[in-house]
Amino acid sequence: MHLAERKLRRERIARITLRSVLVLIMGVLVSIIFYLFVRGAHVLSWKFLTTYPSHDMAGGGIFPAIIGTFYLIALSMLFTFPIGVLSAIYLSEYARDNWVTNFIRIGINNLTGVPSIVFGLFGLSFFSVFLGFKPGLLTASLTLGILALPIMIVASEEAIKAVPQEFRLASLALGATQWQTIWKVVLPSAFHSILTATIIVVGRVAGETAPIIFTGAAFYTSHLPRSLFDQVMALPYYVYVLATSAPDIDATQPIEYGTVLVLMIIVLSINMVAVFLRCHFRRRYRW
Amino acid sequence: MKISPDRALLLAVSLLSVVIVAFITVFIFAEGLPTFGFVSLWHFIAGKSWFPSSSPPSFGILPLIVGTILTAALGGLIAVPLGVAVAIYLSEFATGMERAFFKPFVEIIAALPSVILGFLGMSLIAPYLLDHFDIDTGLNLFNASILLGLMGIPIVASFSEDALSSISQDYRYASLALGASKWETMVKVVLPAASMGVMKSIMLAIGRLMGETMVVLMASGNAAIIPQSIFDPVKSMAATIASEMGETPVGSHHYHVLFAIGIILFLLTLVISIVAYAFTARRKI
Repeated sequence: MHLAERKLRRERIARITLRSVLVLIMGVLVSIIFYLFVRGAHVLSWKFLTTYPSHDMAGGGIFPAIIGTFYLIALSMLFTFPIGVLSAIYLSEYARDNWVTNFIRIGINNLTGVPSIVFGLFGLSFFSVFLGFKPGLLTASLTLGILALPIMIVASEEAIKAVPQEFRLASLALGATQWQTIWKVVLPSAFHSILTATIIVVGRVAGETAPIIFTGAAFYTSHLPRSLFDQVMALPYYVYVLATSAPDIDATQPIEYGTVLVLMIIVLSINMVAVFLRCHFRRRYRW
Repeated sequence: MKISPDRALLLAVSLLSVVIVAFITVFIFAEGLPTFGFVSLWHFIAGKSWFPSSSPPSFGILPLIVGTILTAALGGLIAVPLGVAVAIYLSEFATGMERAFFKPFVEIIAALPSVILGFLGMSLIAPYLLDHFDIDTGLNLFNASILLGLMGIPIVASFSEDALSSISQDYRYASLALGASKWETMVKVVLPAASMGVMKSIMLAIGRLMGETMVVLMASGNAAIIPQSIFDPVKSMAATIASEMGETPVGSHHYHVLFAIGIILFLLTLVISIVAYAFTARRKI
């Protein structure tokens, strides 16, 4: 049984090697998170979260950047969520296998591949230069919303397609129209997966920097945006500027680590909520 | 055929994605093409010096193209083997428990904001490189490539896993029934059958890495030179746009040139994603 033994040994080596790759990657990730926690944790305080920057960004807190990030998320989702879900309904429930549908799918695929900085260029040239909007909350949110749209569509479509065909047939057999079926049967059944998808998209939008650099993000504002055309501070942009062009890099370093940690905690908790919801719903809805 | 109002409404909303792609294309080109009124396409693409603010300025983007391709390729060199290994383990060897445990970790890497990874390049990797190698700057090609490699792992892993799990279970049973081990089945049956899908995952990852902005902007050193060594600083196209657009007056030569770089980047990533999808367009098992 020499051959069989060799075979078994090779298989065991392969299995161990592959598993160590996973453990290695996990180790890298955990140490990154741990490192950022250790460097940033002592900066975190209630005051850090609720006050404005002071002393040339070397003191005070990051309140306006936190709130600004939430403004950007809320406004961009106001654009992305309805359009994304409606597009997904069309693609999964109405679209026939024809050139129009192909055309739409090619469009969405292309949009997914566009580099985020190119979205920024588009936001600048279309919203600011062509339409004449002042770079600010609105232009930055719309640019982020456009970037998030293809992700929202693809994820919602998967959610809607996962609803069993029998549900639709039963509803139609009771005399409901297609629209009633979608509104009363399909969407409620897909709601939990669409919710999970939305949360993941929010996590993505929260961390994006490149598209907002020249469409409305500000290094410092003395007040929260009062109109849609006011510039807005955002956590990821603040991390970038502090790291590369703060007035005094050494003095601002603690603030920098604190900001990175806050951003990381926000993004990680958003994603953990999504993972948790997915597990929870998977156990609850088994059809 | 009569079109119901709900269908018409939803179709109109869906077409918005196509309209957006068309608008992006039109606006990037409208702002970028004026460049070729004052620089020839050849001098633009093959020019070796990028001095946009000296007088007279010099708009040669060859160093930027080289920087973009090198960072993405070296990042891919790290991401591809690791990502494929992750995909193989998760789809063929892992128990249900292991999958549930490991998968969220891979997803979290994908969720990490790139600005945080860029910051790690500046605050952690750069000082380490300075301490351990005889080099001038810790912000360089090598630094950016490591981070891009990390970013690429979840992309390669998730698309490759899709490719592997789309291979019919019958193939595996047939191979196992002939006495092959799981590993032999993997290497000799499943991987060859899924090779096109794996190629697609690699192309998609490279395309993403070429367009990645923040990591390269923060960790690569931003020197528009053609690097002689892996520890030389480089500058990518995306990073150039991000760092220079802010100080550029709308309508200036420099402004149009940055849009022209956007065109090149847009076309490059478009071609790569078309090639990626072409890999799996015909073969279906």
